[in-house]
Amino acid sequence: MLEVSIRHAFAGFTLDVDFKAPPGVTVLFGRSGSGKTTIVNAVAGLLTPDAGRIAADDLTLLDTKAGVRLKPHQRRLGYIFQEGRLFPHLTVKQNLAYGAWFAPKHAPREDMSRVVEMLGIGQLLGRRPGALSGGEKQRVAIGRALLSAPRLILADEPLAALDEARKSEILPYFERLRDEVNVPILYVSHSASEVARLATTVVALRNGRVAAMGPPAEVLGDVGAMGARGAASVLTARITRHHADGLSELATAAGTLWLPRVEGPVGTTIRVRIAAQDVILSRARPEGLSALNILEGRVAELRPGHGPGVMVTLDIGGDRLSARITRRSAEAMGLAPGQTCHAVIKTVSVAPEDVGRANREAVN
Amino acid sequence: MLDWLGPEEWRAVALSLRVSFWATVVSLPVGIFIAYALARWSFPGKQVLNGVVHLPLILPPVVTGYILLLTLGTRGPIGGVLADWGIVFAFRWTGAAVAAAVMAFPLMVRAIRLSIEAVDPKLEQASATLGASPPWVFLTVTLPMALPGIVAGTIIAFAKAMGEFGATITFVSNIPGQTRTIPSAIYAFLQVPGGESSAMKLVIVSVVLAMGALLLSEWIGRRVAARVGGA
Repeated sequence: MLEVSIRHAFAGFTLDVDFKAPPGVTVLFGRSGSGKTTIVNAVAGLLTPDAGRIAADDLTLLDTKAGVRLKPHQRRLGYIFQEGRLFPHLTVKQNLAYGAWFAPKHAPREDMSRVVEMLGIGQLLGRRPGALSGGEKQRVAIGRALLSAPRLILADEPLAALDEARKSEILPYFERLRDEVNVPILYVSHSASEVARLATTVVALRNGRVAAMGPPAEVLGDVGAMGARGAASVLTARITRHHADGLSELATAAGTLWLPRVEGPVGTTIRVRIAAQDVILSRARPEGLSALNILEGRVAELRPGHGPGVMVTLDIGGDRLSARITRRSAEAMGLAPGQTCHAVIKTVSVAPEDVGRANREAVN
Repeated sequence: MLDWLGPEEWRAVALSLRVSFWATVVSLPVGIFIAYALARWSFPGKQVLNGVVHLPLILPPVVTGYILLLTLGTRGPIGGVLADWGIVFAFRWTGAAVAAAVMAFPLMVRAIRLSIEAVDPKLEQASATLGASPPWVFLTVTLPMALPGIVAGTIIAFAKAMGEFGATITFVSNIPGQTRTIPSAIYAFLQVPGGESSAMKLVIVSVVLAMGALLLSEWIGRRVAARVGGA
């Protein structure tokens, strides 16, 4: 459990946040300039906030009132930087072993060969960082942080410097980190799809304040935190079949979901992020439609926005699915809580980066 | 080959090598420390320190030598105290080494400072987050990454020490076997009739040594840069 409660004033900008990060992946989510990196740097000890307290489990890292201020090297946090920051004068293997050398002997530590295997960097061990691609560098950076026997892993937009292909190469490693390694992760991101795929908990930041906090399905659907255009739902689904025409068939609590080919064997449980503005509603079950996905549910909530839109949340077999439609449509359809309603989702509106492996808690 | 140089020339070459070696070795740790302080710390009097370090580069060497004589001479404020402990610099080869070190110091500090400034502080931060305390950050990241500049600074300082003349002759005079280094010997040979051939031989030795140092520094610099730069 990481507890953060800090205040820091910059020229023209004040950061004032208070949140707790339970085990698992906590994603600090927000636009650039919302204070995400400042928080991570304060946790790492690279920046001292004006006032506040930061504690990891029972160790106080910072307490301005009590005058506690641990130096970065006393905190034992594995920091994965956006640009990797591998040591150019050391080989990959020496980079990986660097943190372990400073870790106390009794600290619980990962096995080097297991981490190397997990990250697929066995062939790179003898090379120097200068000879690695961007994606390879970032995998080594993950391993280096992990092998330093950290209390907590910090990741500051570790995918931001990579192109789309590299991103989809690295993201699964963070999913494995979440599922296979028992170290909490504080992950900074401005990408809703990364949040949907990775987060156990989301802390949405806006202008230096916590705008919303909770499980991704809740926070991503929160118009206040996400803005009307960014609001989305996160559905949990299980792969039941891969078809020859490039589609995958998935089972959700509300029925079958057809998506563009999803990576993973049959039986894998995944999370899908569906943008609220991509969902169409219909009172009657629509016929003769090109959209493949028609999920039946009940209207749970209608929330009007400031503009012409309204956010309709359906309860579909226990999962919640949000649709952003106009107030005019909602009135014409006579929508009200409790009514049966059909949600229509175009298969092709779900991009591959919106689909990720679910963590164990979701499977059980 | 060995008798190409007469005993007096040999003495000058051996003395020059000894003086330059000790001048460089003893001033290197100090040079790295000062270069690091100038590159990374901010403290009151930083510009004054920077000025004092660079002064020998700008002052006439004779002036530097005379200041050394005034302070480190047996009757000087520092030299007097040291003399009571039995440490005497004036008119000894150790004094020649001090003069050479002081004259070479600015060049050494400059090269090392530039290479330390070129080390990305973000890498030092990364090292700290991985558990390295400041001395370990310095030893495992800053120092190895600044190595090309440190090597270059050391070789330049050695070459400068080999060629030092003005401050040396003013501070410790021109005593054969004690303070007569190659430049002083060349000067002395040119003062006596028939000394030109001896002077010429020492000139050749000087050129060869300087050229060798330059090539060595280039070669080491390239090797270290290739190591640090990857591939």
